[in-house]
Amino acid sequence: MSTTTRAIRHEIPRWVFVLAAGGALFVTLPLVAMIAQVNWSQFVQLITSESSVAALGLSLRTSAIATVLCVVFGVPMALVLARTDFPGQQILRALVLLPLVLPPVVGGIALLYTFGRQGLVGSSLEVLGVSIAFSTTAVVIAQTFVALPFLVLSLEGAIRSAGSRYEAVAATLGARPGTVLRRITLPLVLPGLISGMVLSFARALGEFGATLTFAGSLQGITRTLPLEIYLQREADPDAAVALSLVLVVVAVLVVGLAHRSRPQSGGAQ
Amino acid sequence: MSLTADVQVAARSLAVQLTVEEGETVAVLGPNGAGKSTLLAVLAGLLRPDGGSATLDDTTLFAEGIWLPPYARGVSLLAQEPLLFPHLSVLDNVAFGPRSQGASREESRAEALRWLGEVEATEFADRRPSELSGGQAQRVAVARALATHPRLLLLDEPMAALDIAVTPAMRRTLKRVLAGRSAIIVTHSVLDALMLADRTIIIQAGRVVEAGPTRDVLERPRSAFGASLAGLNLVSGTSTTGGLVTGDGLRLSAIAEESLPDGQEAAAVFSPRAVSVFVVEPSGSPRNVLPVVVSDLEQRGRLVSVRAGHLSAEITAAAAADLDLVPGMKVFFVVKSTEVALYAG
Repeated sequence: MSTTTRAIRHEIPRWVFVLAAGGALFVTLPLVAMIAQVNWSQFVQLITSESSVAALGLSLRTSAIATVLCVVFGVPMALVLARTDFPGQQILRALVLLPLVLPPVVGGIALLYTFGRQGLVGSSLEVLGVSIAFSTTAVVIAQTFVALPFLVLSLEGAIRSAGSRYEAVAATLGARPGTVLRRITLPLVLPGLISGMVLSFARALGEFGATLTFAGSLQGITRTLPLEIYLQREADPDAAVALSLVLVVVAVLVVGLAHRSRPQSGGAQ
Repeated sequence: MSLTADVQVAARSLAVQLTVEEGETVAVLGPNGAGKSTLLAVLAGLLRPDGGSATLDDTTLFAEGIWLPPYARGVSLLAQEPLLFPHLSVLDNVAFGPRSQGASREESRAEALRWLGEVEATEFADRRPSELSGGQAQRVAVARALATHPRLLLLDEPMAALDIAVTPAMRRTLKRVLAGRSAIIVTHSVLDALMLADRTIIIQAGRVVEAGPTRDVLERPRSAFGASLAGLNLVSGTSTTGGLVTGDGLRLSAIAEESLPDGQEAAAVFSPRAVSVFVVEPSGSPRNVLPVVVSDLEQRGRLVSVRAGHLSAEITAAAAADLDLVPGMKVFFVVKSTEVALYAG
């Protein structure tokens, strides 16, 4: 909705600005401090080392797959939570969103006892010759586990605020539920879906605790960029800082791209 | 296509029986909260009733243990707001129905163009809904509702959210597309009922309190709500330059909502409050003078409602006392031309 008239803004007390500026400084200062530490003369060399490239590649690959899995399972979950009413729904929602507040390392332990060799599901898979723990699959599972709530939460909100009036109209026009979902619901909540995907991807990219606990740290297999940074922090601080900057740039790029694609995809214009 | 329905919704204490004959438009009038929109939602399949049944031609919409989903009913619903899908072009909005019913993309678009033409909105085909005015969007919504060839069209106050300036054009469009179509229109406007509906039912507190041909219901109301609606005076006749002439040859000058060609069926509408009562015929001013016989007097607070056949005047109790009005007395109802609105009937 765009309006040509400019609304008179409600005035905010001055001290609010002071605190807001303090908060902004608190968030940006560490980034500045980190960038100030970057060893620019060796920057390219540091981020193109074999272990760095392997870690970055693995991170991007696993985060992308985790995001796809979040969409595959998260969209139906958000739909069920937003559009249906059943006893225990509140409890289910709380459980689904649990990884959001759970310490990642706890999530990693929980996954280990589920998919690990001795785990609830893992022991049966082991019989079939499938071993998940400490593999790239484990990295993806850990990332999906922590990132899924972000997609569900942001999409459920979008579905709820979109309301069901357009869907009702579509149904009276003869559209079956599948058609309504494909042609009305999903296009209408596309901005919410995209921001959910961005959040999930970012969360997956930064995943550390659950990955380390459940997948370990094997170069090229489970050692993602955050793990690599943590390892390098002791051995080669310059490399750790350089890789951190790479992670920041990737995050900024993803958020920026998502924001650029939003107005075209789902907005009013 | 004809509808027979008995709709019961306990939560809204709604229990309404109604029928719509082949090609007939039925207006549903009633105060806010009477259950009018609930009735439409149940018929459209958007709300499950607690009981009753409905049959459209030989299809059961719902009955004990039977529930036909909205997409299988062939019932289109046009709401107060156009609710055009914001992410689709106007053309694709209208093509949505045919496409959902299995027509190919080309067929659907051709059908959509035809209906956009029907509501005079072809030029908006490539626009986004956000680029339309309220009246334009509602016309597109009409085209969208009709493009599915509904067996029953439901209209829920289709003009309530529109600018007064575009209401006449919308009413004309609806009059054209509703001709010969089975439809139910929920409205607050007596004029909508008068212009668009063959029959009118009045719902109050979830029950039908009046039903019959629109003119009968509005001219001879028996319910309190009907009376408050018919508080408006209604004189029908044929249009002439600057007004209308009744069957008895009585001339009324009036302001036309839109220009009417002479000799067309028309209705003049004015409020009882705009009527003054004279015992002696006044002369020499451009006003409408209607000779009438007082049939009934009713005090409502400090006002007195003077009824004379289908017409009524509202004057102060003091004025009524001064005039010494009694039933059977010959008086003159006088109303300024600017207070009389003329509509195509």
